[in-house]
Amino acid sequence: MISFWKKIPEQAKRLVVLAIILLAVFLVVRPQLVPSDFGELGHFRASALQDIIAQPVQYAGHEICTECHDEVAEKKGNSYHRNVACEVCHGPAAVHVEEEETDMLRIPRGRDFCIVCHEYLSSRPTGFPQIVSESHNPMKSCITCHNPHDPTPPEKPKDCAGCHASIARSKMVSHHVYVPCVRCHDTPEGHFTNPRVYHPTKPTKREFCGGCHASDDPSVAGIPQVDIESHGERYVCWQCHYPHLP
Amino acid sequence: MSILKSYQHLNQPQKRRAFVKTFLLSVAAIVFPGRSGSQEKPKKNSKWILDDDYDATEHRWGMGIDINNCIGCGRCVAACKDENNVPKLPFFFRTWVERYEIEANGQVSVSSPNGGYDSFKPEISDKQTIRSFFVPKLCNHCDNPPCVQVCPVGATFKTVDGVILVDKDYCIGCRYCIQACPYGARFLHPETRTAEKCTFCYHRVVKGMSPACVENCPTQARIFGDLKKTASPLVRFTRMHNINVLKQNLNTEPKVYYANLDMEVS
Repeated sequence: MISFWKKIPEQAKRLVVLAIILLAVFLVVRPQLVPSDFGELGHFRASALQDIIAQPVQYAGHEICTECHDEVAEKKGNSYHRNVACEVCHGPAAVHVEEEETDMLRIPRGRDFCIVCHEYLSSRPTGFPQIVSESHNPMKSCITCHNPHDPTPPEKPKDCAGCHASIARSKMVSHHVYVPCVRCHDTPEGHFTNPRVYHPTKPTKREFCGGCHASDDPSVAGIPQVDIESHGERYVCWQCHYPHLP
Repeated sequence: MSILKSYQHLNQPQKRRAFVKTFLLSVAAIVFPGRSGSQEKPKKNSKWILDDDYDATEHRWGMGIDINNCIGCGRCVAACKDENNVPKLPFFFRTWVERYEIEANGQVSVSSPNGGYDSFKPEISDKQTIRSFFVPKLCNHCDNPPCVQVCPVGATFKTVDGVILVDKDYCIGCRYCIQACPYGARFLHPETRTAEKCTFCYHRVVKGMSPACVENCPTQARIFGDLKKTASPLVRFTRMHNINVLKQNLNTEPKVYYANLDMEVS
């Protein structure tokens, strides 16, 4: 053994010694640096999970509000806002649940909060109730007419533009500006209160447009008329002409 | 006979004692099935029981987002910041809302003023917009997460229920994961100088609550649920809609599922 050690060249011996020292340092230092629970559940510190789930909850959830505010909850539950959680408007309530006397929640009363959802934006889905706040009773607060817990409008929308503002704007600059919506869309009364349950009709036939635009029709002068038999006979009219802006 | 053979190395009284013991245990096992120790199933993966019997191995979380329901009110952004103490500055978001406007000439413009925190303002422009919609975004909790792959210290990881988390005490703030995330869902917290991201509100989920953004969405554009339960709202959502995910070509296998997603969204 000793003779074997003597046969090894000096420079290789030094390297072996160095390697052994490095290995020893690694073995001593590594347990100090790597947390003891690292790798228990995967390539991470297992106790990190406990740290993360220890984070306090701020939003208490809509169920807990009904335990005290059952009257408001019932009213809201039958209104258009039934799916809007209380904390959307009143803010995080976890502290309020614990200390209901001292930690009062916010009550937004101004116009600037309601329009967060209800200002007219062209990107918002059609049928979602929207207003143009500049012209919609600009000096009044929303809550003078609408109870946020039951926001049914005091009167049903006077015209379709209340919800279909983008279509109304197109129609405003089109030659169809004087054609009322109901001339083409048979609108059931239920549509004003349950818009997604009761749908208005849409014209299905070329002859419907032909009612005004067919050349054999003795209508008012100025309406463009075509021979409905030969004019684009393979297509229905609205494949080429957008009826709200023809 | 084989039972008796196994006693052959014992002397007579020991043999008798062992035989009686085996006999009585056999009778007991027949009379009270399921009570004897050997039949008890071992508790599976007990290490993953995190909070009040929440067993992470029984779940697999995901989110559904219906573009047609999003009104861009930004309540999810506000709720997320309140719930998770995200800095209120306009550059730090765990979730944010983008507004897409597609013009007649095919030009796509995306805007997200303050991440949608203050909702969006009506604007007057001469753009000829033919389509416009809102897209809420957040960490996609990829099943094959590039951010976890690149973390040099093991500070970010995927839990067994499919949530990607960051261990902020172990993160060294090298920003490698922020670069790796193809969805821009991560940021460096300005005070702790560690990586931060959406956790699906893991602290709420283990208590049986839904994430703050889902809880506060007024139009139910966001659906949260368990992909392992066929009765979960998310599974119903994926069944009822045509589903798309962001940047499918990257094979990150996101678990945020979009319904009615436009082709322009990336």
